[in-house]
Amino acid sequence: MNRQPASPWKSLRLGILVLAALIVYAYGFQVTKVNLDEFRKESRQESRIRVMRALARPDIFEYQQEETRVIAPIYIPCPNNIRPNPPTENTQPYLKLTPGCGKPGEEIKVEGFNFPPNVKAPLYFIPSADPADKLALQKGNIQADSNGHFIFPLKLPDRTSDQVQYIRVIIRRNIGLPHFSATAVETGNKIVETIFLALLATTIGTIFSIPISFFAARNLMKDVKSSLTQIALSILGWPLGVWGGLLLARWMRELNSLIRLNILATTGLIVGCAFVTYFLFRFAFFHQTRKVSPVMRLILPQLAQIVALLLTVQCFFLLSQLGITVGGVIVPYLGKAAFLGNFIKQLSDVTLTTLPAVLAICGGAILGGLLGNLGRKLNEKLPYRSLVVVNILFSLIAGAILFMIIAAAIAWLYEIQNLERFYLIFGVFGAAFGIIIVAITKPRQPLPIGLILYTITRTVLNVVRSIEALIMAIVAVIWVGIGPFAGVLALGLHTIASLAKLYSEQVESILPGPLEAVTATGATRLQTIIYAVIPQIIPPYISFTMYRWDINVRMSTIIGFAGGGGIGFLLIQNINLLNYRAASTQMLAIAIVVAAMDYFSSWMREKYV
Amino acid sequence: MLSVKNLTKIYPGDVLALDRVSFEVPDGQFLAVIGLSGSGKSTLLRCINRLIEPTAGKIIWNGIDVTSASEEELRIIRRKIGMVFQNFNLVHRSKVLTNVLAGRLGYINPAWSLINHFPKEDIEKAFRQLERVGIADKAYQRADELSGGQQQRVGIARALMQDPQLILADEPVASLDPVLAHSIMKILEEINKQDRVTVICSLHFLDLVHRYADYVIALKEGRLVFEGLPKEIDDQKFKEIYGKDAERVG
Repeated sequence: MNRQPASPWKSLRLGILVLAALIVYAYGFQVTKVNLDEFRKESRQESRIRVMRALARPDIFEYQQEETRVIAPIYIPCPNNIRPNPPTENTQPYLKLTPGCGKPGEEIKVEGFNFPPNVKAPLYFIPSADPADKLALQKGNIQADSNGHFIFPLKLPDRTSDQVQYIRVIIRRNIGLPHFSATAVETGNKIVETIFLALLATTIGTIFSIPISFFAARNLMKDVKSSLTQIALSILGWPLGVWGGLLLARWMRELNSLIRLNILATTGLIVGCAFVTYFLFRFAFFHQTRKVSPVMRLILPQLAQIVALLLTVQCFFLLSQLGITVGGVIVPYLGKAAFLGNFIKQLSDVTLTTLPAVLAICGGAILGGLLGNLGRKLNEKLPYRSLVVVNILFSLIAGAILFMIIAAAIAWLYEIQNLERFYLIFGVFGAAFGIIIVAITKPRQPLPIGLILYTITRTVLNVVRSIEALIMAIVAVIWVGIGPFAGVLALGLHTIASLAKLYSEQVESILPGPLEAVTATGATRLQTIIYAVIPQIIPPYISFTMYRWDINVRMSTIIGFAGGGGIGFLLIQNINLLNYRAASTQMLAIAIVVAAMDYFSSWMREKYV
Repeated sequence: MLSVKNLTKIYPGDVLALDRVSFEVPDGQFLAVIGLSGSGKSTLLRCINRLIEPTAGKIIWNGIDVTSASEEELRIIRRKIGMVFQNFNLVHRSKVLTNVLAGRLGYINPAWSLINHFPKEDIEKAFRQLERVGIADKAYQRADELSGGQQQRVGIARALMQDPQLILADEPVASLDPVLAHSIMKILEEINKQDRVTVICSLHFLDLVHRYADYVIALKEGRLVFEGLPKEIDDQKFKEIYGKDAERVG
């Protein structure tokens, strides 16, 4: 056998490596302050045992209890004329002290008779002449034998008085069946709050992260390319559209504030609105089959679509106003189901509040899309020279606008004073940027706008995701105050970021074949996504959403620490109050819910995925 | 009439997949494309409807320049070109009917797709196509519950939904056993002969070529090395196309 001789260098290297590793770990011990002396301390051991025993006995059930108090008088120090103990011939529990008086620090014998067999009960010293006094010093626990008899050596406390004082033993007996303790009931309420907090956060997260995930999927975005003309015109269209949308929203709101109708009339108006909208949409989409002049064929459906869209928005305005009114009105009549009324009211309020934003985004998308289309047509049809001129013009304006929007954000955040000059500087830079882009690209060259959007989306997601939900909760508490709603916002935001990432990776791993096949039929990009991408990503989306719900339940316990509501709020409170039995109940509840969620989600996956 | 002129495709990394390929396909022809794996057959077929963007060359179909078509024009061109794939490329989790209806996507208003709606005529048409390929009873099953041969029938029905004037079939029977292969090829032949649809079909087995094709072109390392009638492929030509060590099977 050809064995290599052991090289001394090799051994030395190994030795140095081991030594280096030792030093690293030694430093680790030093930094993390590994110290067993503290661990062994008696005080630590005691509290450790106490906490662990408390944790092992979660405060879930309790009995209704029957209390029997047994008292015996005692004198510290011995008075001159000691009265004899009361007669002791009875069947009730009684105490016998020998002797019935003593100096502080002296040990006397406390004997009990006729106690319930094997009972364990606390023994108190009551430093007062009133045997029912609230102030009681616990001196220990007595343990009766099977005959109901015990002997307890009591060291008399340093409480001298010339009056009579008392020794008291309280026997507590459970009666009836156990029932849930107050802690358990409270924990139950809070865990329900936690589950729904997590549910809402997950729902919000899912709704927003599905569209975002498409933008963060490389395989869908890498083929999206547009000409410079299209991009520039799109950039011009977006702010205009957003502005138009906001204007429209304000105008509609004012219009609606003029209409003050009763509930019935509003309902009628909404139904009518919906009907007209439906027929307009039908007309808009089936226009191809009608025989009208070509101009009409182009314009009429477009017109119908616009009117239908406006009516839809109007419907939503009316509906949300109606919801707020109706919700407020029905709450008192619903009794226990009042939350339904509140739900209608709050949901309507949310709709009413977000409608301007939705309108602004829609306006931006519509105008951006329309102008972008115009740009594409220009790019295809215009002769080379005019295209260059058009490109320079639009890129210049688009660059300036883009930079000025950024400038507006910066000016707002940093409270810039000299606004006009600031905007001017940014505008000039933006225009220069536009010119540079025109200079370095060919007029008809398709630019990888998809990859740019992909990179921006990914970056934003990564930044948002790196901020822990706990920190977001602290911010959300500042926004909306302490409570579960803050938790919903914080968890929702974090969920959007992490789900969008997980979802987009699923989109990236779909089979390319069906995508290719559907594209080959002449489908648009949107249709390709609906018919080839979405069916493939439904199973992973469901399972990731379930998993995220599970994570959110666990996270919401932490969110509570920062005031985000849910069971975490209760848990941290009880831990701070050293109420470990209650804390243990809450931890148990969390464990049960998380385990149940796990079984439920695996069942769901098996069934639907 | 489809004419391909000097079609060249260079993949990133300077991989030459097609090297100045030129040929013409008259309407109604059943053209077979043969050649070894990696000879550029799939690239050629995908360049015709621009699923793959050619690097150079021209493709003129019915007088329209496919290579310079804009995105919108390309959609109009694509919806008249059906495509059948080796791996069927069905959406597994969707119903067979939905997979077939997907062939109509180029014709309907995209807004309908948002709510997964197809016109009634299209649904009836889908059933007629399924009947034609012999699996009308499977319409409401999930696509991945079907066998390979049945899946390819769905693929053909999807292509037929496009009312195609040209069908590109990329090794449609390479994943099927010989009996199934003939049944699929017979369907393609019927479409070619009855509906006068031009078929361009890449194939592996020469007996299939002899049995079904009107005309043959052969690719080798991206170059057109043979063009002629199927019966003109003798042993000499065979070795030119497939290499010296090749043996004829089937």
